[in-house]
Amino acid sequence: MSKKRRVLLLKGLVWLLGLTPGVWLVWRGFTDGLGANAIEEVLHRLGDTSLIALLVALSITPIRRLTGWHILAPLRRPIGLFAFFYLTVHFLWYAVVDEGLAFEYIVEDVIERPYIMVGFAAWLLLIPLAITSTKGWIRRLKKNWQRLHRLVYVSTGLGLLHFYWQVKADTYWPIAAITVMVVLLLLRIRRKKPRRERERAVAAQRPRQEPLAD
Amino acid sequence: MLIRKPSDIPSSEITPESVYINRRKFIGKSAGIAAGGSLIGGSIGGALAGTPGRAAAQTAQVPQRDWSSVRTELGEELNSFEDVTTYNNFYEFGTQKDDPARNAHRLRPRPWTIEVGGMCANPGVYGLEDFIRPGTMEDRIYRLRCVEAWSMVIPWYGFPLKDVIDRADPLGSARYVEFKTLLDPEQMPGQRSNVLNWPYVEGLRLDEARHPLTILATGVYGQDLPNQNGAPIRLIVPWKYGFKGIKSIVSMTFTEQEPFNSWKRAASNEYGFYANVNPEVNHPRWSQARERRLGPNCGVFRCEQIPTMLFNGYVDQVAGLYAGLDLRVYY
Repeated sequence: MSKKRRVLLLKGLVWLLGLTPGVWLVWRGFTDGLGANAIEEVLHRLGDTSLIALLVALSITPIRRLTGWHILAPLRRPIGLFAFFYLTVHFLWYAVVDEGLAFEYIVEDVIERPYIMVGFAAWLLLIPLAITSTKGWIRRLKKNWQRLHRLVYVSTGLGLLHFYWQVKADTYWPIAAITVMVVLLLLRIRRKKPRRERERAVAAQRPRQEPLAD
Repeated sequence: MLIRKPSDIPSSEITPESVYINRRKFIGKSAGIAAGGSLIGGSIGGALAGTPGRAAAQTAQVPQRDWSSVRTELGEELNSFEDVTTYNNFYEFGTQKDDPARNAHRLRPRPWTIEVGGMCANPGVYGLEDFIRPGTMEDRIYRLRCVEAWSMVIPWYGFPLKDVIDRADPLGSARYVEFKTLLDPEQMPGQRSNVLNWPYVEGLRLDEARHPLTILATGVYGQDLPNQNGAPIRLIVPWKYGFKGIKSIVSMTFTEQEPFNSWKRAASNEYGFYANVNPEVNHPRWSQARERRLGPNCGVFRCEQIPTMLFNGYVDQVAGLYAGLDLRVYY
């Protein structure tokens, strides 16, 4: 199989996995499977999905580095955009369905409830990243593009804090997610390898530099 | 073919007393409906429903009651049996709302014993049926407000806690009553995690405990309590947040010291001993001013948030208990 086809196949897989949580929620909605507090169930599952997608997107680069599977690189964008999509629906679900667009309550929540404020900030920070995720913007921003897109770490961190702060006592999943994030960050910091190794890695990457169909 | 000798029949298969006690109440209930058609009004500010009946020996079969027209004193509709039994907190079976319904089958609510002790003249260890014997059984339609800002309306079946306090005869120096839930990780797998300090502990001031709205429930919707709702016996204090309603109770102890209840122990800046429903006193992380009333008017796309009422709407009955108490300090 050509590389192009393999990338296409992987992208198909990402789309399939990315759409599954949404389809699953719609299915449960139609079959009365969301429980007594359906609005909250949908809200929570949308938030979970977005955080998982963010963590998966952040793990692509460390995985590439550890395994040499550079074919994964073009998957970062669709995964990140799925994360943004679910986060946007999560926010809209809160504002439109849960609060019924009662602005006085939404504003009060965002200002007075730290967990809502950080969640809101996480969403705001992702907006410019989603907008500048196209090839045109990558070209235009040059080096600044990468700097800008490091904001994804801040956004994910805020999202995890939002997750941690809203649970009542059972912090098992928030802590599991935070642990994943910490490991990913450590893998990034550890990047400074001895120069020889770095050069070898660069050399190994060179033949793969042809542009990949995104 | 397997023919079982009586001695082979486990005690769990013998009709539990609360089942036939539950049946008895239908007689009173049908009489109540026939007489007035209204289950509201009467005793405590209209919060009580149905006709009380002293537990006397009767085993007559009576038809299931029609709950569809039953409302609270404020005209609120009941949550369905399904809502009540599939969406609740009972961390002994897991921390998700559907965990109790999924895992509570491990609990063996019969036989069951309850230990009454501490500062009282008449301590003792009772089997469930002996324990509830002094109780005046009746349906109680109560709002249940969770500290997580959702609420339901639930037709419990039970008796005033006062009935068993009087039998225990607490000493003059006793000021509180403390309850504990069963501790058994075999039956309650959630107790294998340390999300709370086990066993679950709750308590009330004695005057709160003796208040006529405070009940011990053995049933819901005219049936025995399902395991996930705290079988075989649980506390209901309708003007307090739901976590005060300790489930699957195995002990009741009279004390001089304020009981150190589990949620206060877990996070004393967020959960107090009193836990009175109060829209003015927010949880540090979220507002308590409104609540999502689950049930017939709550769907996937629309579930109105309603204003939370002081003392969950039972202010006329219970405000006197807290005269002079700063509810912001004693939350």
